[in-house]
Amino acid sequence: MGAEAAIELLGIDKSFGSVHAVRGVSLAIGKGAITGIVGENGAGKSTLMSILYGLYRADAGETRIDGKAVRMDSPHDAIAHGIGMVHQHFMLVDTFTVLENLILGAEGGALLAGGLAAARAELERLAREYGLSVDPDAKVADLSVGEQQRVEILKVLFRGARILILDEPSAVLTPQETDQLFRILATLRERGVTIVLITHKLREIMAATDQVYVMRQGAIVADRRTAETSPEELAELMVGRKVRLQLDKVVARPGEVLLAAEHLSLVDRRGVRVLDDVSLELRAGEVVGIAGVSGNGQTELLQILSGIRPPTGGSLTICGRVVDGHHPSDPAEMRALGLAHVPEDRLRQGMVAAFQAAETAILGYQAEPPFCRNYLIDAPAVGRHCASLMERFDVRPRTPGLLSSSFSGGNQQKLVLAREMAREPRVLLVGQPTRGVDIGAIEFIHRELVKARDRGCAVLVVSVELDEILALSDRILVMFAGRLMGEVAAADADERTLGLMMAGAHGGPKAAAGA
Amino acid sequence: MSVPRRPLPAWAEIAVLPLVNIALALLVVGVIVRVIGADPLQALKLLVVGAIGSSESIGYTLYYTTNFVFTGLAVAVAFHAGLFNIGGEGQAYIGGLGCGLAVLALDRFLPAPLMIPLAILAAALFGAAWAAVPAWLQAWRGSHIVITTIMFNFLAAALMVYLMVNVLIAPGSMTPQSRGFAASASIPAMHDVLAAIGIRVAPSALNLSILLAVLCCFGVWLFLWHTPWGYALRTMGHNPDAAVYAGTNLRHMTMLAMCLSGALAGFVGVNELMGVHHRLVLDFPAGYGFAGIAVALMGRSHPLGIVLAALLFGALQQGGAELAFEIPTITREMVVVIQGLIILFSGALVNMPRPWLQLILSPRRGGEGVK
Amino acid sequence: MDDVLTFVFLMLAATLRVATPLVLCAMGGLFSERSGIIDVGLEGKMLMAAFFAAATASLTGSAWWGVVAAIVAAQAMALLHGFACITHRGNQVVSGVAINIVAAGLTVVLGTAWFNRGGQTPALVGDQRLMPLLLPNAGDNVLVYLALLSVPLTWWIVERTRFGLRLRAVGEMPLAVDTAGISVSWLRYRAVLLCGLFAGLAGAYLSIAQNAGFGRDMTAGQGFIALAAIIFGKWRPFPAFGACLLFGLLDAIAIRLQGVKVPGVGEVPVQLIQALPYLLTVFLLAGFIGRAVAPRAAGVPYAKEH
Repeated sequence: MGAEAAIELLGIDKSFGSVHAVRGVSLAIGKGAITGIVGENGAGKSTLMSILYGLYRADAGETRIDGKAVRMDSPHDAIAHGIGMVHQHFMLVDTFTVLENLILGAEGGALLAGGLAAARAELERLAREYGLSVDPDAKVADLSVGEQQRVEILKVLFRGARILILDEPSAVLTPQETDQLFRILATLRERGVTIVLITHKLREIMAATDQVYVMRQGAIVADRRTAETSPEELAELMVGRKVRLQLDKVVARPGEVLLAAEHLSLVDRRGVRVLDDVSLELRAGEVVGIAGVSGNGQTELLQILSGIRPPTGGSLTICGRVVDGHHPSDPAEMRALGLAHVPEDRLRQGMVAAFQAAETAILGYQAEPPFCRNYLIDAPAVGRHCASLMERFDVRPRTPGLLSSSFSGGNQQKLVLAREMAREPRVLLVGQPTRGVDIGAIEFIHRELVKARDRGCAVLVVSVELDEILALSDRILVMFAGRLMGEVAAADADERTLGLMMAGAHGGPKAAAGA
Repeated sequence: MSVPRRPLPAWAEIAVLPLVNIALALLVVGVIVRVIGADPLQALKLLVVGAIGSSESIGYTLYYTTNFVFTGLAVAVAFHAGLFNIGGEGQAYIGGLGCGLAVLALDRFLPAPLMIPLAILAAALFGAAWAAVPAWLQAWRGSHIVITTIMFNFLAAALMVYLMVNVLIAPGSMTPQSRGFAASASIPAMHDVLAAIGIRVAPSALNLSILLAVLCCFGVWLFLWHTPWGYALRTMGHNPDAAVYAGTNLRHMTMLAMCLSGALAGFVGVNELMGVHHRLVLDFPAGYGFAGIAVALMGRSHPLGIVLAALLFGALQQGGAELAFEIPTITREMVVVIQGLIILFSGALVNMPRPWLQLILSPRRGGEGVK
Repeated sequence: MDDVLTFVFLMLAATLRVATPLVLCAMGGLFSERSGIIDVGLEGKMLMAAFFAAATASLTGSAWWGVVAAIVAAQAMALLHGFACITHRGNQVVSGVAINIVAAGLTVVLGTAWFNRGGQTPALVGDQRLMPLLLPNAGDNVLVYLALLSVPLTWWIVERTRFGLRLRAVGEMPLAVDTAGISVSWLRYRAVLLCGLFAGLAGAYLSIAQNAGFGRDMTAGQGFIALAAIIFGKWRPFPAFGACLLFGLLDAIAIRLQGVKVPGVGEVPVQLIQALPYLLTVFLLAGFIGRAVAPRAAGVPYAKEH
């Protein structure tokens, strides 16, 4: 560490009840450099940064800015010390304009008129100096995700921040938008801004940072100069053991078509065409991956395929049943036809946090034997079922009576997956299978999905993680703005081509939509 | 990450926390009693004696309990579906109307074993219908069910006054009430039934409709926790998205939950009209609908808890009446205040005592550290 | 011509007479709702305010002390609501319902204990009431003018001041406000206190201006009607004001219908006339006249979650 430290954290410790989230962390962030903090989900990186930003107060330890010890009791203090945070989930008010979001908290007076005028001038100056241009009068809800992120960065610079903390900034961006972001960060670094990048993506650490700290289970386990390390070494440090970044699998042998979608379209209540002419086929014994940045229609496609929503136009045939706008189906019927669905948002859709694990284990199947006999639910049978699911899928702790919310993210996901896969479905729809899941569980889930494929199931995986799509799929489709941009065989796929399709540029070996 | 509220040990959650909530409510009531110039402790003593001091008062306590069980169950079923049914007053009123209409039409033609079940069914149907309209408005039009059910309370009152004064009034009567019901529509009083098997108790309003209340408790328990529809209802209450994912039609489930709720509230009419008044009268809902909210909250929306809470409220109602008799400055409305405070402490402020209880009961790391 | 003018004038006066408490309540409720705190307790606040206004006016002989007392009483209820919902993150609807029930009971308990008239306060005379300012028969006392003024004032506060910007932000996305270094709690408390202020004025109007004393349950659902007006007005001051005027007009027309024979049906039942405001509320809420989108964070207690 050559440059002097902009921030020093000494012995920071934080617990939430019995969870020891941050254990005695000490680190130094070099001034005018980009420092990365990498770790698995739940390693404590976000908590640590929240402490730095004043959202939480540490139980012990000291923070120093430019060598002087400071107290961070609230974001107000952090902002006063020139620290700005760009959150993973944007802190923007959708109904406000860019200008109104900018001045929130720094209005410059009790009446708005003066503050708005001053902000407009300052915004122009910032746009020129850092190359971050955005329409000041646009409503945030109408902006693209990349533009919204720029507003977040502008907000922080507007308050005079010289230290920027970015929390998983590329989670919602295409590869190209991510490159653009890192170019902006490089410009900021040139102007002397200190940047801290929190991420779990090793590729980005390698590409963008000068220095990297690795966190595991609340503690710093290593620090390296980025130039002197590698993704493999970082992965091993993150997990504590050697990690296979690739997946072993045999070549797929696709069989009959189990699900065929033809010219599906969906127009929502505001008249927006959310899905446009989507056609695809799922065959037994293959994994089809749908890549794309979230918000391009994947969620709605899954809703139509699983029966939650009827399409506006086009039709879908599953195991002989034709579903279209005039003959809608529902999730119960789809399940009866042999379809299973692991939803994208397990907490909101796939489970009930307040139910015991045993009750979550029958969600969607509560009216079927063996769980339901003579219109009554057979509680012992439900408990036995849950116990066997937990055994097969290594869900811990093995307690069917425990509240679903008490399980870790990875175990929750395994439970949901177990529930859906235990029915031996013919078609399995999976959305974001490893979101918020630790590496050990990721490996397990990926292996189970391939095993399902080998048993003859038709598997559809929707994921924003390109690595996951590349690892799992036999065929890859890319969605952008509600359309399928193209299909690529897994063997021929590379990140650059897929990234272009994800951003709406046509390209790739097979430009036509699926057969 | 959010600070998970470490739950207290199970016995504390079920028994201690509710008691602390009631204690706080009574503390505030004590202050109010002082303010109006009476002695809180004397008032408390009179309350307790008035509630359970004689077989007559126990009888009345249980009679009030019956109504509180019905409305408590009604609110609880809706709560489990994530709906706030404040229309218990109106649903009880219209349920009673249904009961009364059935009786007035058929009591001269049917024997008791047919008349009474039919009237009970009518009460359920009418109560359900009165809840169905706000339910439909919520499910299909997105209208705030809290406001619509309150409006329907007012509408029920207006409708009943109109009907009683103009249509159903007994010929030659000075007060708005119907003709008396025939004997076939009379639910036997408890003191009569007990006398028939040799137990002598003082006469009170308690009647066999309390058996219906017990049956409803069992039925609600079975439905909510042991049938697929109850499972789907509870899922909707916790997490509508998960319910949709599981194949539940949210609109239909909303209707089902509210209709069940309205039917349960309607049974108040069964108790009041066939068990006590033996004619159709005005104002018999008498605040039971609102009290049901307090009962459901205190009873944590579980039938067992509701029975206990209903007993407490029955005792409060009976004791409160005696208290108002003995100390004129304390009117019957004091019971209303107590009900409101219990809703406050068991509903909105339910978690307020937690930090102190946690400190006392599990004095490890009780600190949270979050501002 | 004279007759028409008189008729219009009288209708206007009658409309305002009924609409004034609704307007005041609606403006108060608007502040609370825009900040994300649902307020079902407008009814209870107004009732408590009405009681204390009449009681104080009767005891002190001055209507102005009555107004002060009304505001204090409503603020006390508002603080209670804030304490339960903001500090303890309780269920906002339950808290509102609780406040309504407590108010309904407490006003009668105190009224009987202090005045011994079964819940009523003694009839107010002369200075104990707020009298009309300009036009003796129109009932245009100071509170009516305050109500009319409150609408543009509310608009100006919400749209043109720093407080208003932050208020709107905290009702849509409290997390954005928190991370900008602003206290979510303090902002919401101020909103709730503003609500109490207006509800207090509304209650005072009921008992010492519109009528000559307090009677049990005298609010008769007007707090809920004000809430419906807010929803119908899509949480904006001027449309909500329009809805309140609509109720006032309806009431003015309905009073004239009393005793009138409608051809084919006979005399309009008095109960139907009494039920008209409630029917209209349901009709408005049924959204036959457009759907309403509430402030996004309304009803959700704010807790730091990362």
